[in-house]
Parts: sequence; structure tokens; C-alpha cells
Amino acid sequence: MSKVYDVIILGAGPAGLAAGLYAGRSRLSTLIIEKGQDGGQIAITDEIENYPGQMVEGESGPSLIARMTEQAKKFGAERCSDVIKSVDLTGEVKKLVGNKGEYEAKCVIVATGAFPKPIGCENEGKFTGKGISFCATCDASFFEDFEVYVVGGGDSAVEEAMYLTKFARKVTIIHRRNELRAAKSIQEKAFANPKIAFLWDSVVVKVDGDDLLSSMTVKNVKTGELTEITADEDDGLFGLFGFIGYNPNSQLFEGVLDMENGYIKTDENMHTNIPGVFAAGDIRVKSLRQVVTAAADGAIAAMQAEHFISNH
Amino acid sequence: MLELDKNTFEAEVLKAEGKILVDFYGDGCVPCAALMPHVHAFAETYGDKIKFCALNTTKARRLAISQKILGLPVIAIYENGEMIDSCVKEDATAENVEAMIKKYA
Repeated sequence: MSKVYDVIILGAGPAGLAAGLYAGRSRLSTLIIEKGQDGGQIAITDEIENYPGQMVEGESGPSLIARMTEQAKKFGAERCSDVIKSVDLTGEVKKLVGNKGEYEAKCVIVATGAFPKPIGCENEGKFTGKGISFCATCDASFFEDFEVYVVGGGDSAVEEAMYLTKFARKVTIIHRRNELRAAKSIQEKAFANPKIAFLWDSVVVKVDGDDLLSSMTVKNVKTGELTEITADEDDGLFGLFGFIGYNPNSQLFEGVLDMENGYIKTDENMHTNIPGVFAAGDIRVKSLRQVVTAAADGAIAAMQAEHFISNH
Repeated sequence: MLELDKNTFEAEVLKAEGKILVDFYGDGCVPCAALMPHVHAFAETYGDKIKFCALNTTKARRLAISQKILGLPVIAIYENGEMIDSCVKEDATAENVEAMIKKYA
């Protein structure tokens, strides 16, 4: 049987990596398990300008997360890439079963974060990767000189829309209300950007095209009026990026950990309802989901794990 | 891994014999960069049965669009000039890619 770690951290986003850093520094044997790439949501974010101290020119989500990963490694946290399929968290030794193997630990920190919410329109699955995207840094360059639409009205929608103007000739933000929810400083930049247009009180109900996305139906939520938007004839396609929020990555813990709308409930010290099991970052019920709050959660969870281990 | 560009794609993929895997990636695409070492490892294991290639789509945007690719990462299998299978975006995990390769190796 594999070794029993002091702490296993699920997820290598800001919460998981901060937990790994603190756990490693506390000399706990630590394993971070990530199913995809490091960073979670910020790995696909171009601009991070509100993380304290983050004023490095040209810094992006990936470069920030690369330093966090390096730092966690420096303090001895091990890394492994696997998808966890089932968990048994009730015993003194917590057991996790993944595709590649089984893992055991005295404590588990759940930092699995959230994934982008689908736009919620007809044919969405058929056109994901064929014009619909949730990753501007992955796919923006395809739309150089094409038109792009962005669904959403929060910080990430407006920031990503501005990033997309570096590539697309025009970016239209489709928002279901008549005003943005994004921070005022971000809004001011967007309104001043001549390449950004707005389609207010609107939602995308259907997308279509031959192989690539070339038309969509947009509904005005106030009047019920349907408008067909088609790609410019010379273009033959357009882009549609969704940034309307996130769904928690908590399916694995349904019926195991206490939740509220899919988010894991903890106390202010990140304790879940099971002793030795902690949650940190966006996966948690909380009022503000940001890199800085995720990192803070990770630090607290790791220190609580250390207390838990030394008291048992 | 054979690094392709817009000039060599046709000869090395569309007009080539046998089964060919193409790793479509792009500058600044973090999921692509995370996946790439896995694909390189698969090239070591399965390279005698499938030809492994990579294409930076940032430098070959029109070519990628002509292959109906508008989102990354994409790992595709070609045979007789046609894309016969692919793993796209969230489905392009190391595990899914290896399962796809095994189908054709």
C-alpha cells in the first residue's frame, strides 16, 4: 500500500497551492493532486490586477500560477496528476481512489474550485471548440480580425472582452441586464474602448452553423423579441465566449460533505462536517471568490490540518 | 514529434500514408502546454504505429480554421487526408488522448 501522507490537497489552483506551500513549510508530508493543469480558472485568465503585490508588468494568470507552483514545490509539496473517482473520508485514514492509483492521508483539503457555467443555449455542445469558447487565452488568436461576442457582465466577462479586442475587430458584450456588474474601474475601461459594443437585456438562445459557428439567435428578455445574428459573409464565422460564472466542482463529495447549492459548507477555519477534512477556495460557501481569498483559505486550511494532526 | 507549419501540413498529414496524430496548440494556451508532455510521452510509446506531429495554430490560423478548428487544445487523428477522430478542449485529457491513440495503434 502507498504511503499515508499527512495531507492530500485536491486541486492545484491558488487555494490548493497556498495550502501546499503552508503545509510543506510546516514539514507535513504533502501531496497535491490535480486532474488538469495547474491554476484552475486563473490558468486561463490573461490579466490579474487585484492580487496584492501583483504589479509585475505583463503578468498573466499562468505566470502568477507558475510561481505559486514553484513555491509550493520548494517547500516539499509533492505533485501528482490524476482524476479522483471516489473518496472514503470517514475513517482516521482518508482514502482516495483515482484512475492511476489509491492515495491515503490523515487530512484532506478539498480545493477543487469551480468550472465555467455553460451559456445555456441550444446546440451549445455541438459548437464548443467550433466557435464557442470559455478560454480567451486559448482561442482568442483564432478570431484575429473576426467579430466576437462575449456573454456576461461581471469582472471576468468585461476583462476578457477587453483582452479579446487585441485580436477581434469588434467585440460585443451580450448581457442579460441593462448595466454591468463588473467593478467600476473595469467598466470605465470597457466603455472607453472603441472596439467594444453592448447588447443589453439579451440572452443567447440558440447557436448554429455548418461546421463552425456562423449564426445565433438572441432574445431580448424585456420584450421577448428574437434577433438573428449571422456572421459577416466574408468572415463566414464568429466567436462566442461565455463568462457567466462558475459551477462548483463538488460532485465527488455529494452526500459526504455538507453543502449549499453545490458549494461545501465550512466554518471560518475551513473545517467541513468531517474531522480532518477541510475545504478551501472557490469550492466553499463564501461571499467573495478571488485569488486572494482562495490563497488565504488555503493557508488557513493547511495550518488547521497541522493542528489536527498534532492533536490526534 | 514532427513540428509542422502551414507549408508542410499538407504533405505530412493530408497526403501522407498511414495514421497521423496532430497536436494542435497555440501560443499562450495553457491547457495545450500542460497536455504536450503527455503527447510527447505517447509518441515514445506509440510512435512506431502512428506518426506524431504538432502544429502551432497561432502561426497557421487559416490552416487550423480550414481543418474546422476554432478551439484548443485539439489532438486529432488523420487518415487518407481526413480527420477521423479527435479529442477537443476539456475532453483532451491525457487519459482520453491515450485511449484514442490505442484505438488506432
